[in-house]
Amino acid sequence: MSFILGFLASIGRTVLAGLAAIGRIALFAADTISQLARPPFYFREFLHALVQIGWLSLPVVGMTALFTGGALALQIYAGGARFNAETVVPSIVAIGLTRELGPVLGGLMVAARVASSIAAEIGTMKVTEQIDALTTLSTNPMKYLTLPRVLAATLAVPVLVGVGDVLGIMGGFLVGVGRLDFGAATYLHNTIDFLETWDVVSGLIKGAAFGFIVALMGCYYGMNSGRGAQGVGRATKSAVVAASVLILASNYLLTELFFAS
Amino acid sequence: MIELHNVHKAFGSNRVLRGVNLTIPSATSLVIIGGSGTGKSVALKCILGLVRPDSGTITLDGQDVTRGDRDAFLARFGMLFQGGALFDSLPVWQNVAFRLLRGSLKRPLPEAREIAIEKLRRVGLKPDVADKFPAELSGGMQKRVGLARAIAAEPEIIFFDEPTTGLDPIMAGVINDLIREIVTEMGATAMTITHDMTSVRAIADNVAMLHDGVIKWTGPVSEMDHSGDPYLDQFIHGRAEGPIEAVR
Repeated sequence: MSFILGFLASIGRTVLAGLAAIGRIALFAADTISQLARPPFYFREFLHALVQIGWLSLPVVGMTALFTGGALALQIYAGGARFNAETVVPSIVAIGLTRELGPVLGGLMVAARVASSIAAEIGTMKVTEQIDALTTLSTNPMKYLTLPRVLAATLAVPVLVGVGDVLGIMGGFLVGVGRLDFGAATYLHNTIDFLETWDVVSGLIKGAAFGFIVALMGCYYGMNSGRGAQGVGRATKSAVVAASVLILASNYLLTELFFAS
Repeated sequence: MIELHNVHKAFGSNRVLRGVNLTIPSATSLVIIGGSGTGKSVALKCILGLVRPDSGTITLDGQDVTRGDRDAFLARFGMLFQGGALFDSLPVWQNVAFRLLRGSLKRPLPEAREIAIEKLRRVGLKPDVADKFPAELSGGMQKRVGLARAIAAEPEIIFFDEPTTGLDPIMAGVINDLIREIVTEMGATAMTITHDMTSVRAIADNVAMLHDGVIKWTGPVSEMDHSGDPYLDQFIHGRAEGPIEAVR
């Protein structure tokens, strides 16, 4: 009997801890957004974050999209051949990339690169008392550290996704024309004809949501980092895991919202 | 004048402050001593609002520190952190002039830089240090940059958290002299936390001994050696035997 009670109590504790964490993250997000309405805005910090998150993530997101586009073309060709539907390769590559793979893979790559770096940087600042120093210097850490990063990621990731879409389609094009014997003009024609504006826009909106999640998780876990190298390491790991899971979960919810009819 | 009245603070089951009563008169230098983990830094952070006390009141010139304009309140303070707490991503001069580059004390860039270089000179650092990054400096230099940052906006009240920890005796002496000079010259109110008895004698007008979450003894530094308080005696003479348990 006591074993069953203990088991139920541990489930209860886990659920309560999970709900408390969701509550804390929601309050942190609300606090971050509310900083937008209150001056000052640290423009230099924002520009710095834009370069760090956007510009410096371009190679990794671009390479991911390029290779994914190529692999996707090969897979769709092989699968489509079973139904004599090889001609769908250009349109499925374009739709698959812009709606799903571009934003999700781009978001995950940014999560790996940016959430970890933000959490490690802010976590180190926390354990070396730099966050306390900011406060004593009359500077709100949420305004100085969190808001510029979250805003920069929310604006930069859709741009990265857009560039990734182009490069991914190019990857499919290169494989389609070079390996699968598509004519270049036919491939491009099929890509453009079947791609709708909403396919691209929905992916960019997802990118903005994923950018927000990535930077928010990096900042949240950094600000709540434990002491020492172990604390910072744990914060970094938690930021990447939480950002990745939230990206995948919110991707499903957004897909349901945008495309379920 | 800063006054702490019956301040309590616990972290979970660990009751760090158990009713701290302390008065720091204006333009005097108080040093708080006590063993590691006795709550000295917590008391200091409670005054600055970095940690919220569970109960009790803290007043600055009669005003409750938890009320009123927070920016205006913090503008009256400077703080030297134990590890310097310099911002890695900024060059030294921007660290020193941090407060002068933003907020209500904002100055034009050239003026802020000039003030930063003057404050660096004040703590014995050459102007060529200004454009270096904190990681390029030794521990002693970082401490001095932290000191320059603490005094850059000429605050009325300066807190020093273990200013000589990790420094060699000569550098510790330099920092002690600088603190004493700055406090005397600026007429500032100073509160210092340290374990270093040489620092206590160099910096303090008054001393307070914190143990078991309460102030065990407080008085002028000149009376410290003849207090008759067994806790203070054990601490200042560094004896393993006495009322303070060596293992905490």
